[in-house]
Amino acid sequence: MLVSTKWLNEYVNINGINPADLAEKITRSGIEVDSIIDRSHGMTNVVVGYVKECVKHPEADKLNICQVDVGEETTQIICGAPNIAQGQKVIVARPGAVLPGGMKIKKAKLRGEESNGMICSLQELGIEGKLVAKAYAEGIYVLPQDTIPGENALPLLGLDDTVLEFDLTPNRSDALSMLGVAYEVGAILSQGIALPKIDFTESAEKAEDKLKLRVDAPADNPMYVAKVVKNIKVAESPLWLQNYLMAAGVRPHNNVVDITNYVLMEYGQPLHAFDYDRLGTGEIVVRHAEEGEKITTLDDTERTLNSHNLVITNGKEPVAIAGVMGGANSEVHNGTTTVVIESAYFAPASVRQTSKEVGLRSDASTRFEKGVDPNRVQEAAERAAQLMAELAGGEVLSGSVIVDELDKTAERITISPDYINSRLGMKISMDDMLSILERLKIPTEAINGQLVIEAPTRRQDLRIKEDIIEEVARMYGYDEIPKTLPVSESTPGGLTPYQAKRRIVRQFLEGAGLYQAITYSLTSKEQSQAYALETAPVTELLMPMSEERSILRQSLIPHLLDATTYNVARRIDSVALYETGSVFLGEEEDGLPREVEHVAAVLTGKWVDHAWQGETKKVDFFVMKGIVEGMMERLGLLDGLAFEQAAIDGMHPGRTANIFLNGERIGLVGQIHPTEQKKRDLKETYVMELNLERILSVDTDELLYAPVPRFPSISRDIALVVDSGTSAGTLEAIIRKAGGKLLKDVKLFDLYEGNNVEEGKKSLAFSMTYFDPERTLTDEEVVKAHEKVLNALTNDADAQLRG
Amino acid sequence: MEQQLQQLKEEALTKIQDASTVKELNDVRVAYLGKKGPITDLLKGMGKLPAEERPKMGALVNVVREVVTESLEARMTLLEEEAINAQLAKEAIDVTLPGRPIQTGNHHPLTRVVEEIEDFFISMGYEIAEGPEVEKDYYNFEALNLPKGHPARDMQDSFYISEEVLLRTHTSPVQARTMEAKGGEAIKIICPGKVYRRDNDDATHSHQFTQIEGLVVGENIKMSDLKGTLDLFAKKMFGADREIRLRPSFFPFTEPSVEMDISCFKCGGDGCNVCKKTGWIEILGAGMVHPNVLQMAGYDPAAVTGFAFGMGPERIAMLKNGVEDIRHFYTNDVRFISQFHRSEA
Repeated sequence: MLVSTKWLNEYVNINGINPADLAEKITRSGIEVDSIIDRSHGMTNVVVGYVKECVKHPEADKLNICQVDVGEETTQIICGAPNIAQGQKVIVARPGAVLPGGMKIKKAKLRGEESNGMICSLQELGIEGKLVAKAYAEGIYVLPQDTIPGENALPLLGLDDTVLEFDLTPNRSDALSMLGVAYEVGAILSQGIALPKIDFTESAEKAEDKLKLRVDAPADNPMYVAKVVKNIKVAESPLWLQNYLMAAGVRPHNNVVDITNYVLMEYGQPLHAFDYDRLGTGEIVVRHAEEGEKITTLDDTERTLNSHNLVITNGKEPVAIAGVMGGANSEVHNGTTTVVIESAYFAPASVRQTSKEVGLRSDASTRFEKGVDPNRVQEAAERAAQLMAELAGGEVLSGSVIVDELDKTAERITISPDYINSRLGMKISMDDMLSILERLKIPTEAINGQLVIEAPTRRQDLRIKEDIIEEVARMYGYDEIPKTLPVSESTPGGLTPYQAKRRIVRQFLEGAGLYQAITYSLTSKEQSQAYALETAPVTELLMPMSEERSILRQSLIPHLLDATTYNVARRIDSVALYETGSVFLGEEEDGLPREVEHVAAVLTGKWVDHAWQGETKKVDFFVMKGIVEGMMERLGLLDGLAFEQAAIDGMHPGRTANIFLNGERIGLVGQIHPTEQKKRDLKETYVMELNLERILSVDTDELLYAPVPRFPSISRDIALVVDSGTSAGTLEAIIRKAGGKLLKDVKLFDLYEGNNVEEGKKSLAFSMTYFDPERTLTDEEVVKAHEKVLNALTNDADAQLRG
Repeated sequence: MEQQLQQLKEEALTKIQDASTVKELNDVRVAYLGKKGPITDLLKGMGKLPAEERPKMGALVNVVREVVTESLEARMTLLEEEAINAQLAKEAIDVTLPGRPIQTGNHHPLTRVVEEIEDFFISMGYEIAEGPEVEKDYYNFEALNLPKGHPARDMQDSFYISEEVLLRTHTSPVQARTMEAKGGEAIKIICPGKVYRRDNDDATHSHQFTQIEGLVVGENIKMSDLKGTLDLFAKKMFGADREIRLRPSFFPFTEPSVEMDISCFKCGGDGCNVCKKTGWIEILGAGMVHPNVLQMAGYDPAAVTGFAFGMGPERIAMLKNGVEDIRHFYTNDVRFISQFHRSEA
C-alpha cells in the first residue's frame, strides 16, 4: 500500500510532522513502513511553460524549435517529443534543474540551435511509465490550460509529496484504504479524523426504474449495490485526482474509471463502472458461470470460466468476473453517457479462488479476498456517485438498486483489564485502556469492571480477546513491557541421546578432515534413487518449479557428487565433504513418506598433501573405510561391523563394499564407477553412505574400563603366501578363531604381490599379540597357541608360511 | 730420568694440543697414560732407582701424570663441545618451512548458528524437538490457525505432494506435534530444521532453507516472559550490550505477534550499512501462542498460555558473517565452508 502523505492530510492533520518520524511511529505501533519515497526527488527549477511557437528544426526531422514562455522570459527550447505542439502548457526543466536519475539540465546547442532547458515527460520527473496515462505515455506531458507560465510545476503535479510504502500483514486489510490509514494515524497521534462529506443532488428519475438487479448466488454475493449516473461526460480527470492515483500506484484513464479507483483507494471498497448502454438489457444478474463459459476481460484476454466462478451478467452473458476484472463488452469508453456503479460484497474465498484460477490479481481482488468492510459498501457507491456528479457532470438517479443479505453487526468482545495485564505481564490502568480504545475509535464501555467492546467492522482483525490485548499493548508501547523469565518447574533440558550422538558423528567426521555440506532435498527423477541404500516409491511434487527439483531424494550421494564436481571444476582438486540429512522413502499409511536420516561422505584428490617431506597420498578405498571404522569405533559399534564386496549400480565393481552391523546392512562404501566419474568430470572418487538413524539407535553397553595390563604381552609375526583371491578378512577371522583367548590382537602389516611371489599368489604378513591379563605367559603357551594358528591357516586357507 | 720425564711431559702436552678430534685425543691418552705408555714404563722402571730417590721420582711422575691428565681432560671437554656444536650445526633446520598440516574439516556455517542457538536454550532448560520435513497440511497449517483458504497462506507458497501433504514451510508443525504429544503438559522446546517454499533461488531467496523456533507453554506464561527470554538470547548471540525492541506484527499462530529488532551490532545503533541506517536489525518473529492453536492441540487456553518465536539461521549467519548471497549456503563450495573453520568463543 502506497500512502501519499499529501492525500492522508485531507483526513488527519499531519502538517508539520516529518514523514520519517511519522513512518517510525507507524512502524512501532503496528504497520511496517517499508520505504519513504520523496516524490519531488529534490527537484528544483521545474516550471510551467507555454509553447508560443513550435517549428521544425531545419537540420533534424524529429526535433522542434519551441519558443516557450516560462514566466520571467520567453526562451528557446529544442524538443523531440512527437506530441509537442504550439499552444500547449508544458513542464519545463530550466537550466540548473537536476532530474531524478541525475540528469542535469544545462544550456546546450542541438544541431546548431540553442536549447535553454528541457520540456519534460512525466517519466523524466520520476513517475513510473506504467502509471502515466496512455495519452502521454510516449511523449511529453501536457498540462491544463489554466496553469500559469513560470509557476512551480511540482505542486501542480502533486510531486511535493512524500509517499509511505506500507508492508501490510494479511490481518491489517483495514489499512488497504486511506480512511483505514487515517484511523490508524489518528490513533497514533491522538487526533480526530475528518471523513469525506457525501452530499449531492439526485435527479427525479429512480435508479430502480432504470436498472433491474437479481443475485442468484447470495452466499458468494450477499450484498450488491448499483447506482446509475446519466449525462456523464467522459474526459480526463482533474489533475489533483490523477496525482493522487499516481501517488497510490494507479494509472489514470478517464474521469469515470479514475473515480472508481479513487474511491477504491479511499474506502478500500472496490467499485466497477459499467456502460449502461453497452449492458444492453437494463439488467444485472449475478450468478455462477456456466462451465466453460467465456468472457473477454478489460485486458483484451479471453478467459474460460468454471461453474464456481462468480460472474456479473446482463441477464444473458457475463460482463465481469465478480471482484476480479470487468469485461471488455461493457467497458466505459469516451462516448459513454450513462454509468452503472457497482459496489458489492463478494465472499473472500470465492474471489480468492477465482483470481487464482484466472491468474489475475488486482487492487480489487486483493481487497475482496481479505473481506471488505460490510458497512462501507453502500457508502462507497454514494461517494462515487457524488464524485461523478462533481467531476464528470453526471446526474445521479435517485436511490440505489440493492440486494442485501449481509450481516453487518459488530463483534462484541468482553475482557477484563486484569486479563489483559496478566497476559502482558504489565499493570496498565483501566483508564489508560479506555483511552487507547477511544483513540482507535473502537466503541468501548466499562461495565462492572469489564471492557465491553464493539469491534468496528472495518477492523476485521478484531475477533477475540487476544486481539484486544494486542491493540492495547501496541498503542501503550511494547517498550513498556518489562523483561521477565518464565516461572516454571525447572527442567534439565538438553539433547536426546540420538541428538548428542549425531553431534559426535559430525565432530568425528570433521576431525577426520571432512567439511560439512548441506545439499538440497529435492532432486531430479534421474538422481532420486541413484546409490540409494534402500529404494521405495518416490515422493514427487505436484507442481515442481523445475525437473531438477521435482522429487525427494533417496540417497545423499548424488548431490554430494554434484558438489564435488562443482568444486573440482573450480580447481579445488581435493574435496572431502560429508552430510547428514534425511532421505524420503515411499508412502506410509499416514500419507507421509518414511524419513530416514543418513550420513554420507565423498572424497576425491589427495588425502595427505605434505609434498616437501615426501608425504602425499591420494584418497583410496581404505581412507574412506578407515573413516567409517573410526566413526563406528567412536560410537562403540566397531565389534559388529563387517564389510563385504558388493556390486552396486554406479559403483566400481571391484572396489565397493556393503557395510553390515550385527548382520544387518547399514551402508555402502566404495569408488564411484569410472564411467560415472567421467560423466561427472571427476577423477578417482570415493563415497560412503550409512543409515544414521539405524546406527544411532543401537544401544551400546555402559563404558566399563578394562584394567591396564600388568603383565607383558608377547608378539609373533608371520608371513603367509595364499591364493590371490583369499581375502585378508578371511585370514584374520581364521587367526582370531584359532588364536583363542590368549590372542589379543591381530594386525596386518604387509601385503605383497609380484616378484618372488608365485603368479596367482600373494603374500601377507600379520603381527599377533598374545596376552593373559592374569599372569605372564610362558614361551610354551605362546608356542602352543601360535602353532594352532599356523595349522588353521595351512588347513583352512591353504596358506604357506614364508621364511 | 727427570729430564726424560720433562721431555715426555712437553711431548704429551703438545700432542694433546695438536689432537683435533675426540678420537685423536683418545689415542694420545692411550699413548701416554695407557698401561703400555711411557709414563707407566717410567713407573715400572722405578724399581731400579735407589730407594731414597724413589719417593721423589714417584712424586714427580705423579705430578707429570696429573698435568697431562688435566690437560687432556680440558682438551677433551673442548673437543666434545666442538663435536656437539658441529653436530647441532649439521642438524639445524629451516624453521620457516611449512608444518605438517593437521587436516580437519568444520561445521557448515548454518549448523554453527543452529548449535549456538540450541546450546543457549539448552542452558535455559529447553529440549530440542524435531519432526518430519514432509508434513501434513493439518500440522503445517490447520493446527496453526491457518485453515484452508486463509489469506495468510499466500505468505508461504508451498510445495505440495498431494492435497493433504506438503514439504513443511516452517518448523512450526513440530510445535503442533509436540503439543499434541505432550497432552497438556508444560513445554519448553527448540525446533530446528529444514523448510521449503516455492521461491526461485536468488541472492535473498532459497527454495530450501533452515528455521529454528522456540515454544514455551505453561501456566501463567506472559508476554513479558517472551521479552525477557529474547533479550537474554540477543545478548548471548549478538553481544552483551545489545538492546532489543519489539514491533507489532502478524502471524496466524500467535496473538499478539511481534517482530524483534536488535540494536545494530556493527554500529551500536548509530546507523550503518548493516542496519540500513536505522540502528536496528530485524532478527526474529514471535508472539503469544494463539488460543486456537492451544485449543487444537488439546490445551485449555483459559488455563495455560505460551509464547513462540522463530528465526532464520541463514539470515543470522548472513548478518554475523557478512554473507551477501543466500545461495552460498547451498553451493557447498569448499572455499566458502572452510572459512568457518575458526572457533569463536
